[in-house]
Amino acid sequence: MSNEIAILGAGMHPWGKWGHNFVEYGVAAAREALRDAGVPWRDVRFVSGGATVRCGYPGYVAGATFAQALGWQGAEVNTSYAACASGSQALAAARNKILAGECEVALVVGADTTPKGFLAPAGGYRPEDPDWVRFYLGITNPTYFALYARRRMDLYGDTQADFAKVKVKNAAAGSKNPRARYKKCFTEEDVAASAMVADPLRLMDICATSDGGAALIVSSVDYARRIGKGDAPRVAAISTVTPSFASGVVEMPDIATDSAAAQGIEAQSFRASLPIKAYEEAGIGPEDVDVAEVYDLSTALELDWIEDLRLCERGEAASLLRKGDTSIGGRIPVNPSGGLACFGEAVPAQALAQVCELTWQLRGQSGDRQVQGARVGITANQGLFGHGSSVIVKA
Amino acid sequence: MSDKPRAAAIEGWHTLGDKPHLIGTRCCGCGTYFFPKQSHYCKNPDCDSTEFEEVELSRTGTVWSYTNACYKPPAPFVAAEPFEPYTIAAVQLKKEQMTVLGQVVEGVTPEDLKVGMAMELVLETLHETEDDIKVTWKWKPVAA
Repeated sequence: MSNEIAILGAGMHPWGKWGHNFVEYGVAAAREALRDAGVPWRDVRFVSGGATVRCGYPGYVAGATFAQALGWQGAEVNTSYAACASGSQALAAARNKILAGECEVALVVGADTTPKGFLAPAGGYRPEDPDWVRFYLGITNPTYFALYARRRMDLYGDTQADFAKVKVKNAAAGSKNPRARYKKCFTEEDVAASAMVADPLRLMDICATSDGGAALIVSSVDYARRIGKGDAPRVAAISTVTPSFASGVVEMPDIATDSAAAQGIEAQSFRASLPIKAYEEAGIGPEDVDVAEVYDLSTALELDWIEDLRLCERGEAASLLRKGDTSIGGRIPVNPSGGLACFGEAVPAQALAQVCELTWQLRGQSGDRQVQGARVGITANQGLFGHGSSVIVKA
Repeated sequence: MSDKPRAAAIEGWHTLGDKPHLIGTRCCGCGTYFFPKQSHYCKNPDCDSTEFEEVELSRTGTVWSYTNACYKPPAPFVAAEPFEPYTIAAVQLKKEQMTVLGQVVEGVTPEDLKVGMAMELVLETLHETEDDIKVTWKWKPVAA
């Protein structure tokens, strides 16, 4: 296919709470990806960084910062900020550059150091800022995850034990991933014994934030063939579409949904809209997918994503989980990396980390957590302000 | 009970009477409702109207989902000492076809709620300042 690019290298700095500057994690990930690709740094002609924004300062303008740390060599740079989808937008920028014929090899890199304490809005009296409003009224991030979880329970009969099973499954996978932050296995009883945060979600149902870095070396298919890597995994689709008006699902940081009172409104919710475009672009359907990496900000959210990716009918994800279908060795393994449950979220790196995992899975290099015979993988990722992404990787 | 005067925690977002309503706007072009108020541009992709009228939203609806807050949120939330968990509901308004979040009145726990349950809007204290009692909208189960 003409819109495909090759993934030559993948690299990650292990996730954790290391307390270093984010540039270190990004450089470590980039160097690993370069070694993995066997591509000399000077051959990289485009550096695309995923940034995070804190206090109005976008992670030192990530693309240029990483390019300088690796040694200025005259490549063009780009910085993408799209909340949790920053990495996917940085990847999309690199793909556009390559497909336009403006460069052959690009580095895509994202890294983050998580600040200490709560992520809270600026103070004062600022009712024009939805983030200020919701915190003032006592509505935090777990509130939204819990609303989705409780709705699953009332509508589909999911239970808190089901949510705990997601944690147990992901912890078991992550225990086999040297790059994961949390490598301990847990039982459903452990989850049930953790403190309630936002009913029905407990502390162990909700993901942490972490330091980490992830990088990809991507190239034109021509270049990949010339260096003897014509069979490298391909990026077959990158979807970063918005939801469509007027979605009935209340999303962070809003206090209310849009109204669908006008005539002729056919809304598509945030999570459901992303994979539609991804499948269309890759020319495949959900039945072709062998493995998925989804954004489990909460255990219950993994079940929502499975349905939004149409890996099963709406309301049936918990039954898939109970049968072991989403475990490694099951029909459609989800989060074989261990997911956010084992990594914690490192915002501008996370969407790229998902693609790194799929790359290793499709190459058959995932060791004890290998999904046997995986040929097609999909990611799904969610961030603030209508930003999200879904990437399809094919062997 | 304090004898300080009552004041809206966020001014102009709801009426202050016995049967309070949220105050939103309605697009004069396509009929889309907005809360918080929107009066400069319509978010319907098929509408470019810039005319809006202020309207009182329905004060009853049905539960879309619900949860609680077991830990004290960071500022600007003003927590009572000691912190008491509170319940939160997302309530669907039928006429407006939108869902609005809010705390649920004191004394109601998630065990008391169910998706689809009828709720009404009331005012209750959010926090006190030196000068007044800040009230906000909260959802309350409609007495059966």
